[in-house]
Amino acid sequence: MPLYSITVNGKLKNVEVSSDTPLLWVLRDHLELVGTKFGCGIAQCGACTVHLEGNAVRSCSLTMDAVDGKSITTIEGLSENGTHPVQEAWKELDVPQCGYCQAGQIMTASAFLDKNPKPSESEIKAAMHGNICRCAAYTRIFKAVELAATKIS
Amino acid sequence: MSTPSITFSRRSFIRTSSLASGGLLIGFNLFTACKPKVTPPVDISQLNFNDFNAFIKIADNGAVTIFAPNPEIGQGVKTSMPMLIAEELDVAWDNVYVQQGDLDTNNYTRQLAGGSQSIRFGWEPLRQTGATARQMLVNAAAIKWGVDPSECTTSEGVITNASGDTLGYGDVVKEAALLEVPENVTLKASKDFKIIGSDAKNVDLEKIITGKPLFGLDYKVDGMVYAAVLRPPAFGKVLESYDATEAKAMPGVIDVIKIGEKAKELTKEENSNWTVAMSTSDKVVVIAKTTWEALKAKEAIKANWVTETPLESTQDQDQKLLALLDGNKFNTLRKDGDIKKAFAQAEMVLERTYESPFLPHNCMEPMNFFANITDEKIHLVGPVQTPEFAANAVAGMLGRDVNEVHLEMTRMGGGFGRRLYGDFVYEVAEIANVIRKPVKVIFSREDDMTAGTYRPAIKYRIKAAVKDGQVTAYHLKEAAANGNMYGLIPNFFPAGAVENYQVDVANYNSSITTGAWRAPYTNFLAFAEQSFFDELAETMKVDRIQLRLDLLQKVKGTTDKRIEYSPERMENIIKVAVEKSGWGKKESGIYQGFAAYYCHNTHVAEVADVIIENGMPVVKKVTCVVDCGIVVNPLGAKNQIEGGIIDGIGHAMYGDLVFEDGAPQSQNYNNYRLIRMMEVPEIETHLIQNELSPTGLGEPTLPPAGAAVANALKAATGNRFTQQPFSKFPEMMQTKSAPKTIIG
Ligand code: FES
Ligand code: FES
Repeated sequence: MPLYSITVNGKLKNVEVSSDTPLLWVLRDHLELVGTKFGCGIAQCGACTVHLEGNAVRSCSLTMDAVDGKSITTIEGLSENGTHPVQEAWKELDVPQCGYCQAGQIMTASAFLDKNPKPSESEIKAAMHGNICRCAAYTRIFKAVELAATKIS
Repeated sequence: MSTPSITFSRRSFIRTSSLASGGLLIGFNLFTACKPKVTPPVDISQLNFNDFNAFIKIADNGAVTIFAPNPEIGQGVKTSMPMLIAEELDVAWDNVYVQQGDLDTNNYTRQLAGGSQSIRFGWEPLRQTGATARQMLVNAAAIKWGVDPSECTTSEGVITNASGDTLGYGDVVKEAALLEVPENVTLKASKDFKIIGSDAKNVDLEKIITGKPLFGLDYKVDGMVYAAVLRPPAFGKVLESYDATEAKAMPGVIDVIKIGEKAKELTKEENSNWTVAMSTSDKVVVIAKTTWEALKAKEAIKANWVTETPLESTQDQDQKLLALLDGNKFNTLRKDGDIKKAFAQAEMVLERTYESPFLPHNCMEPMNFFANITDEKIHLVGPVQTPEFAANAVAGMLGRDVNEVHLEMTRMGGGFGRRLYGDFVYEVAEIANVIRKPVKVIFSREDDMTAGTYRPAIKYRIKAAVKDGQVTAYHLKEAAANGNMYGLIPNFFPAGAVENYQVDVANYNSSITTGAWRAPYTNFLAFAEQSFFDELAETMKVDRIQLRLDLLQKVKGTTDKRIEYSPERMENIIKVAVEKSGWGKKESGIYQGFAAYYCHNTHVAEVADVIIENGMPVVKKVTCVVDCGIVVNPLGAKNQIEGGIIDGIGHAMYGDLVFEDGAPQSQNYNNYRLIRMMEVPEIETHLIQNELSPTGLGEPTLPPAGAAVANALKAATGNRFTQQPFSKFPEMMQTKSAPKTIIG
């Protein structure tokens, strides 16, 4: 089995897995970073969203072949103590219900605000449209992205 | 559903002990008395949930830890139930730490999250527990000071006497632990509540937003292996043979085994107390070192399936249900007056049939469970809404003593009723029993959606008679698949309001496994009933709000104990909703739809505002009024309320699971549509303030949402939806025929 090295939350990691293994399962099963969640496995729900070189990507649909040598940030590495402005906004508004989708929501929102720190209402909705929340905490997710934007700029 | 009366003396459900490490431990049981001889342990690592189903620890520095008895599925009970204890204990909420209690059961009662009942059943006993603990601390302080306890007051964990001396709770825990448990304590008047009614954040908030392991899928122990299960591709098919040669040769695969023998015990007639919803087929299981390797190797198994029972298609189901409605094989659940006569004498009759599809639960966290079985012990860990039941069933199925079962609950990535059924627990127990290694069974999304315990399709036919401007008869017929949605509806609105009233129900046995789904019984009935009244008002040419109010008027002062809803509370929410939503006063271009409904002990009114954007109707806003008694945690409550409404709209608009020859035609989110951000309306919530006991909020805002939207769509497009999901009828979303103003 091929050997891959990736940088995860600033640390270099080597893993030996078959080349088609999705990044999601390397994070969860090999690197014990279980904050990134499995929801669908086919890039449809966003639960597995991480940052790849700063861009929000679906880790369930990226093979290790595709990420070898690259730098990845997961929810565990987004900030030191949950103090990223997006996490702060999430706390302030008490967003989660069951909480399962929320790491993915936060990772999508943080990458989005990085590129578009002053988004319009419809830009926020479009950016978050790819992340399913089965508990439908959508109204708070929306408000939290709005609030995070004010914290960033 | 009536509230069971809860009477017991405090002495019978509370015991205390002194912790070896310092501090006081209070063990208590909700809804059951303690065994006569037990006392709580003196070491916190020895908490025994067989003896007590919950504990409060007060450390000698005054810190309070509550071991919360209910599993968390996203309803916030892990936050709101401890709030009740903390209120009466009179401590600052910020100093309270909440931990999920394990289960070691057969004494764990009502440790079940479902039916929006947790808060309703916990309301009295949890407060009494807190108040009893507080009184013991006060008594201990009073003895120290040599004063009468009645001279002492408490606030935020500090006891003060008449001369102004103070003692922290931590200072007296040692003495308190030795005192008698007081028999009579008084509860606070609701005006004195400091914690109840204030906003409290989710107790797991910090962990959730930083990605800490909390959920079943995150649980891991050394040496754990993963199991992916190949189940029948269609309901009605069973395993005949399989070839796992290729799968066994794949990387990471440890073994491929067959299970099913043990689970069959559970589905046998004589074990019907377990009424498990699962296939009787054998299943093929891949055991691998990682999740991915297990899921991938499962795809490589070649299995032959044979048809054992008829393979149902959606078309067959529709025909069967319609035939039931047309037929005469009904059970009559309620019969007032003589509907036959009233229909014969009517000036006008309206009859409509309402139809709904099967729905999967689609919890965001797919089903999964951990088991480790040895000769001594059965260790089970994971997300299940019925831990006690699951523990008993596993013990029964494996022929073991239930005292050997240790079940730990994790946070759950959604429940919606799916995790009431322990099929995944029985699967992993059978696997672990064979391989004797710590193992976790994991469902892919496809497994989760195709091996469900679905909300069954259901159809209602409602018929009303009108004479002299009055509704003189109401006839509700129900046709259901299986028993989950069957026959529990006779005393909802408008029972008691119409002189000639009848509810008839019929069902057939489907081979598809079905179960409870968020807001069971009412999740579709509300749509049928509230759509019907909207249309009835139009047909009668009367105001649609006034029609409802007039009917409610007739129920006031009723002596009929069977009636489930309160006409007064219903009237109130309707009036508040009319006012808050600007009903009938909106500028042109906003089309409103109304629904008011009682279910799960809560009264809810919703008004949907629809506008036309690019020629298509769009739900812009929902105004919601909720009467759920005292609101324990308004911040959490609003989250539940909003979630319920959006979930209700989403499933009414898009939810549809079609079967062909027993096989679900949707397997993942690429061909099953859930509501997403851009389809979500603004939601404005109004909570009715009163001093009535609290009721749950996990469910009641969902049922009326579909009706409010359908009624608004009627106003916007002129078309009336009687079938869900609405997205199946794109032509009805066209607004050509739209009236320019709102009717009624
Ligand atoms: S798990 Fe990757 S998008 Fe759903
Ligand atoms: S909070 Fe439960 S899925 Fe989003």
